[in-house]
Amino acid sequence: MFDALTDKLQGVFSGLKGRGKLTEADIDKAMRAIRLSLLEADVSLPVVKQLTTAIKERATGDEVMSSITPDQQVVKIVNEELTRLMGGTNVSLAMSPTPPTVILMAGLQGSGKTTHTAKLARMLAAEGRAPLMVACDVRRPAAMEQLAVLGEQIDVPVHREDGATDPVKVAKDGIAAAKRTGRDVVLVDTAGRLSIDAEMMDELVAIRKAVKPTSVILVVDAMTGQTAVDVAVAFQDAVQFDGVILSKLDGDARGGAALWVRAVTGKPILFVGTGEKVDALEAFHPDRMASRILGMGDVLSLIEKAQQNVDADDAKRIEEKMRGGNLTLDDFLDQLRQVRKMGPIGQLMGMIPGLGQQSKMKDVEIDERRIDRVEAIISSMTLSERARPDIINGSRRRRIAEGSGTTVQEVNQLLAQFKQMQKLMKRMGKGGLPSMLGA
Amino acid sequence: MTDGSAEGALGAFAELFGLAAPEPEEDRPEPSRRGLFRRLRESIASSQSQAISPQLAGIYQSKMVTDELWDDLEEALIMADCGMAATTDIVDALREQAAEGRITSGESLGNALTAEITRRLAPESPRIALGDGPTVILVVGVNGSGKTTTIGKLANRLTELGQKVVIGAGDTFRAAAVEQLSVWADRAGVDIVKQGQGADPGAVAFDAVAAGQARGADVVIIDTAGRLQTQHNLMEELRKVHGVTGKAMDGAPHHVLLVIDSTTGQNGLSQAQLFSEAVPVSGLVLTKFDGVARGGIVLAIERELGIPVTLMGVGEGIDDLQPFDAQAFAEAIFSPASGGNA
Repeated sequence: MFDALTDKLQGVFSGLKGRGKLTEADIDKAMRAIRLSLLEADVSLPVVKQLTTAIKERATGDEVMSSITPDQQVVKIVNEELTRLMGGTNVSLAMSPTPPTVILMAGLQGSGKTTHTAKLARMLAAEGRAPLMVACDVRRPAAMEQLAVLGEQIDVPVHREDGATDPVKVAKDGIAAAKRTGRDVVLVDTAGRLSIDAEMMDELVAIRKAVKPTSVILVVDAMTGQTAVDVAVAFQDAVQFDGVILSKLDGDARGGAALWVRAVTGKPILFVGTGEKVDALEAFHPDRMASRILGMGDVLSLIEKAQQNVDADDAKRIEEKMRGGNLTLDDFLDQLRQVRKMGPIGQLMGMIPGLGQQSKMKDVEIDERRIDRVEAIISSMTLSERARPDIINGSRRRRIAEGSGTTVQEVNQLLAQFKQMQKLMKRMGKGGLPSMLGA
Repeated sequence: MTDGSAEGALGAFAELFGLAAPEPEEDRPEPSRRGLFRRLRESIASSQSQAISPQLAGIYQSKMVTDELWDDLEEALIMADCGMAATTDIVDALREQAAEGRITSGESLGNALTAEITRRLAPESPRIALGDGPTVILVVGVNGSGKTTTIGKLANRLTELGQKVVIGAGDTFRAAAVEQLSVWADRAGVDIVKQGQGADPGAVAFDAVAAGQARGADVVIIDTAGRLQTQHNLMEELRKVHGVTGKAMDGAPHHVLLVIDSTTGQNGLSQAQLFSEAVPVSGLVLTKFDGVARGGIVLAIERELGIPVTLMGVGEGIDDLQPFDAQAFAEAIFSPASGGNA
């Protein structure tokens, strides 16, 4: 997600590498490059100035100038300063000691409020809470309908009042409904509004007063440019939000907002939205994000994902089978599904140190649809075929292709690749194949 | 807003589509461009945000052209999201004029700046030419950029100009997107071709074009699901929708409009690049241009890709979508009145 910034910084630092001691001119050149890459990452200009001044002050100090590896020292300093700017550690969502906890969602039009209301509700439900979503966007056509559909998808109830025109009333009714039905978290979705639209900002203040939220969350689009700061400050002045969700961080948005939200508003980023699916929401970790920006990978997040999604016993069983070269197509399908549960494969690769930056890897488009087809092909096989692929003859191949909506060629390809993989594993079995999931 | 400027706006739309101008009203106070411009200025003046103000105020008040002034200019352009490359280009061009003695004060620098931006953005007036038989317009963009709202307003304007419009509800992914577009279609009083959520967007596009032909429509506007430009599979899907549209009717779609949110930063360039690789983007629609957002990203896109801005949206009202006017745009962002003297 921060590829471009990472590339630029690495370009700067590889220029510093192997030069021995740094001169002040070297540092200046590096600072100019850092300034430029931060601006291109949509980091707010005043914040860029502040950051480069802080980095330069430390970089021209003894710890760098007298170092034998000054480039690494500069990376370390930039890493620390980025982390500090983002607020150091992760902040979690506050829960009210006396339920229901009320969360008010606010933001500009199109920032992703409705989608992220549902994502957050799904996350809370998965943690064992009983959320209720309240549809207070009475402006945008079909916005209430959208929340209702999302509620059905994630199996979370939605309070809506068709034809309503007063969001304050809907919000109040929603909270009353939550108390009545024993829901312990209420998420109030609101209409998108411009920060300069006084009337709409007043409405938001009125909703805030009516529902007395435990937290107000501002949803900020990661693709926003220099105006994001003004928007955040305006919302801060009007409704005093408590935290931010940074949405749409799964594209190539440089996500400069990740760097300044805390510094400018004093409020933390709580979560980041990383995809279109309702489960694409992650806690925000400043230190890990800084590592990611600098191309140092994000192994911690990867391990966490694995722990959440992979069954340890299963992993061990499969590892043993792999070592013995006895992996069946069924096991293969299992493993494929486990890995996919962790998220899009391209995204996982970005978390592995070194992989995200290798330009070769970056150009490899992981086509999820091809993996879908592999799943479909194996699912169309009988159990005995999966256990003993050798029995799959021509007529079986035609049946499998037809059943999975693929072609015989694709079935052939998969079987050939699987055979090769089995051979490879047999050969490596004694040598100790590093298991991906056993880690 | 007054009735007068709304009429003027319709005239501007007639020009955009190359249609006959609507019957002139007796006391139309001013042409639309001025109306929109005035509203933008009011909106910016009332804006609490004064991010660019210190730099701009400094520029216009300066009696002499100093080094500091050039720094201020550079910062003002960066704060407007023009991007480093376009900023450097513009500053260099103005420095050249200063070296030739054509810029001697802060005020003349400010005027030269708006002239330079106007020149870059508007070699000619925006056009969405309508041909014989239905003209097909495909509308694309990232999530939340304002595609559906833009289509609703565009359909409304075309109807006012006496055109028969059919809308294709091609966003079959987002929950309730079809319902949202249906509401707009009702308001504009136009036909909508739709299928359920999860339907094949290519099939919807094909049906919409076919329906447009069968019903003798003048314009068919096809909505698409929002997608981030880096989502390879979804961009492939968009390519297919485009291809299917061509199968339904030779030469369709005749226009592909990319909708970009004015608050977008440097990511907007990547949006324009990657969407253009998938489908032939013929024009930009700059939405939510409200006074806080400066929309300078269109300068970066113009510089790299040469895609013109055709429409600009300033708010949620049905009258808030207008044909793009480069001069109004440049003056709205960079004229002294927006520079914080208000």
